[in-house]
Amino acid sequence: MKTLTVSVVTPDGPVLEDKYEMVSCKAENGELGILPGHIPLVAPLTISAVRLKRGNDVDRLAINGGFLEVRPDKITILAQSAEKPAEIDVERARKAKERAESRLQTKQDHIDFHRAELALKRAMNRLDVSN
Amino acid sequence: MASLRDIQNRINSTTKTKQITKAMEMVSASKMSKAEMNARAFVPYSEKIKEVVAQIASSSVDAEHPMLKTRDIKKTGYLVITSDRGLAGAYNSSVLRKLHQTVTERHQSENEYTVIAIGRMGYEFCRKRNMPVAKSILGLADQPSFADIKELASETVQMFTDEEIDELVIIYNHYISAISQEVTTNKLLPITDFGTEGTAPGSQYEYEPNQEQILEVLLPQYAESLIYGALLDGKASEHAARMTAMRSATDNAEELIDDLTLSFNRARQAAITQEITEIIGGVAALE
Repeated sequence: MKTLTVSVVTPDGPVLEDKYEMVSCKAENGELGILPGHIPLVAPLTISAVRLKRGNDVDRLAINGGFLEVRPDKITILAQSAEKPAEIDVERARKAKERAESRLQTKQDHIDFHRAELALKRAMNRLDVSN
Repeated sequence: MASLRDIQNRINSTTKTKQITKAMEMVSASKMSKAEMNARAFVPYSEKIKEVVAQIASSSVDAEHPMLKTRDIKKTGYLVITSDRGLAGAYNSSVLRKLHQTVTERHQSENEYTVIAIGRMGYEFCRKRNMPVAKSILGLADQPSFADIKELASETVQMFTDEEIDELVIIYNHYISAISQEVTTNKLLPITDFGTEGTAPGSQYEYEPNQEQILEVLLPQYAESLIYGALLDGKASEHAARMTAMRSATDNAEELIDDLTLSFNRARQAAITQEITEIIGGVAALE
């Protein structure tokens, strides 16, 4: 099976660099599945889980923002944060989710609302990836 | 001449000071190596993002974005990176001197600029001189993570997109080596310089959905990453500057102790000689 090199880079340093058979992730306008030999592509990613497939194993990463750069044999994901399931602090994510939810219910001005929404998305994404 | 006890006291207190500065030097040295590692870990991210931005910006003439356009400058934002605490040699003063110089040269009134301060020293400097401070972040960790600075960075970039400021200049200490740092002034926004030398012309990308929307996402992220990069650079310089300052303080203390020990021994010798003379004088008087 052909593979492609995937590297995930964040401002705090590289998170992962390995070979996989398929990468699927959620871009701003829909799911993307990338196999080796894909044409060069750039796409922004949403706050979501990236699934990396090799044989029967699937690795998951919680990605926050950023974008994806594809070359025929290499994929680079540049994100503001990227976490493997083992690295996620479930307790903290759950608290962040509660906080964001309560903030969303109180409904203050517009910017706060937007920020709380993003925080909620991040927390839910982390919880989703961790279990 | 100071008495023996005075000199002894001074030697003791200088020795204690020396112990403290020595300890601070070692703490800074370890922090510096960590900060340097952080700065290095950030390089792959910044290079990649720069490459992609340059790729898109150079390949498309039609893709326009407010962050790429130079506007008439009505108001300038200065992002100043300083430390929270002193005892770092010339680290803070050189940055703040540069800021003061630039501001007095370029602006007539306070409406023409605003300061975004990272670090307590910069914040208080501006407060004391009645310079306008739009945003500030104090008490940043020694090894800041991207999340710590994210909010300030995106708000600053937002200020530019909202046309609150028309250009953003960043002033910080660039880390060259453990013994040398350089005050650097960088124009961050609008983005004009990509350093396009490294881009391979062969790789043409497909854009999903399209170039404009990608720039929309990419450019703020790029600018934020530049701010974070400067901060990491600044932190490494801060620890390096503090280490150097503390080392020279330790050296000076050592020198002082040497001098004091010498005069202590002289005074002791003089006292002994005097005592002997007195005894001999007494004996001579008895005979």
